[in-house]
Amino acid sequence: MKLTPYNNASTAAITKRALVIGGGIAGMQASLDIADAGYEVVLVEREPSIGGHMIQLSETFPTLDCSQCIMTPKMVEVSQHPNIRLMTYCEVEDVTGDVGQFDVRIRKKAAYVDREKCTGCGLCVEKCPTKVPSEFDLSLGKRKVIYVPFPQAVPPKPVIDAENCRFLTSGKCGVCKKVCEVEAVDFEQTDTMIEERVGAIVVATGYDLYAKEKVAEYGYGRYPDVISGLEFERLNSASGPTTGEIRRPSDGKVPREVVFIQCVGSRDREKGVPYCSRICCMYAAKHAMLYKHKVPDGQAYVFYMDIRADGKGYEEFVQRGVEEDGTLYLRGRVSRVFQHGDKIVVWGVDTLAGKKTEIAADMVVLATAVVPAAGSRKLAKALDIVTDEYGFYTEAHLKAHSVESGKPGILLAGCGQSPKDIPDTVAQAGCAASKVTALFSASEVGGSLLDLPMRFTASKSLRE
Amino acid sequence: MSDFDPKILGFVCNWCTYAGADLAGTSRIQYPPNIRIIRLMCSGSVDPLYVLKSLLEGADGVLIGGCHPGDCHYTNGNYKARRRIAILKSILRQIGLEDERVVLRWISASEGKRFADTVTEMVGKLKELGPNPLRERWQI
Repeated sequence: MKLTPYNNASTAAITKRALVIGGGIAGMQASLDIADAGYEVVLVEREPSIGGHMIQLSETFPTLDCSQCIMTPKMVEVSQHPNIRLMTYCEVEDVTGDVGQFDVRIRKKAAYVDREKCTGCGLCVEKCPTKVPSEFDLSLGKRKVIYVPFPQAVPPKPVIDAENCRFLTSGKCGVCKKVCEVEAVDFEQTDTMIEERVGAIVVATGYDLYAKEKVAEYGYGRYPDVISGLEFERLNSASGPTTGEIRRPSDGKVPREVVFIQCVGSRDREKGVPYCSRICCMYAAKHAMLYKHKVPDGQAYVFYMDIRADGKGYEEFVQRGVEEDGTLYLRGRVSRVFQHGDKIVVWGVDTLAGKKTEIAADMVVLATAVVPAAGSRKLAKALDIVTDEYGFYTEAHLKAHSVESGKPGILLAGCGQSPKDIPDTVAQAGCAASKVTALFSASEVGGSLLDLPMRFTASKSLRE
Repeated sequence: MSDFDPKILGFVCNWCTYAGADLAGTSRIQYPPNIRIIRLMCSGSVDPLYVLKSLLEGADGVLIGGCHPGDCHYTNGNYKARRRIAILKSILRQIGLEDERVVLRWISASEGKRFADTVTEMVGKLKELGPNPLRERWQI
């Protein structure tokens, strides 16, 4: 089959090799699907390990199964797949060319560790004298300056955080270099540029949470016991900083009353973003349930606007939380959150009862808005694709081409396109992968397809 | 009996316990090196005969590790394992073997510590029980 360009321009060969940007669940799924179809994949992740946000989660809704039980075998599969070339701690800098022949410049960031030589023995991490807050545990735990972000990291090789390293900032220390038996630590390392030619690109860069400073009204960042949903995930995780015990950050006390506040930043036209973040209703229901399972005499309250439980088994899950675990839902907004003694007092209104409510809680968990990952706009510019006003990648058509970007050969997957839950992310990633393999199954493609998404031309040639 | 070093055979599922054992290792948690792990796709694919065979061939203890109830990646494999091991234990008692030699434990991928604790606990218990009597019987 030959894909006919719409305007019958000259044809060009297709490089049957895909680039996937982002190593979260979306990027991993897309990579595995393309690789299983027999095509080569270059998977680029900017963090030292793949796994993304999903590996940070303790359990997943609505089944309450352990997120790491899904992720860790998948991460190993990605790293060992013969068709996947994994490039962690790398960033896509620049992309030129068109569908079938993109030339990609990738920056391999200086890890100060020769990750080929490194055996992952962990001695350097053990001996490193400096501790800094761990990004993976959202500052609830500590990590060393030479570090693997979390124990199951893939690859299990450390990198040095140049900003905090004693040797790189002041020239003293160098303990890691001294203890390394295979001489993998290399303080002279610099960023290097790698060029790759690929035929198609899947953009799966994911999300971040709404910045702390922007939700100061709820005391986030000011009171240590006001935390975000993702921080709660780490508190609840058996491999997290508290080994799965729910203990509040300020004094390590087990909280007896926890207030969950929904729509923090999202659905807020004045101060935040107008869209719905889609996952918060469900994860708050999950958090309340998991909290109750671990603190049976505790009470969870949820301040909500509406409950949006639109997936398979979701509504039943929310109901289960109410009926079996006694989660108390209060419909209304919170007006004030303030510290009083060792309590966090939450003033709100229960609009269904028409009453003001006051809860003296031990901990407050905010469902902060999902926003595009930092750097999404910059990447969009490099890829020559469009983002909306918030920075989410714009699809070619919201309904008919929801996986294609406006540019042929560039596909979207996961939360970079819009907030979505894990099942939808996996489905979209699989769809993006199938579009890539459909493109690769053609022998050649026209040179100037800039105007139209790939699908149009492909279906045209199939009709002929 | 203090110099007795028990041999434990572990049948663990690919999704939860194997990853949990992996986490114990990558988190560098220390635990006795007395366990040999065999990875299966699911605790539900552990035929009780595997366990019996291990004991007959001289294993001092057998660990079966699976996903927590409700977490099974094949829907209900761990429930099947639970029923089978319950029956197996009653058979062990009838033939005069201590049923504590066989342990079924739910260990998720994030519970590296639980895996290490389980092995430590089993080694302690088996040291108390002493070597598997069947092992000596077979040695001529």
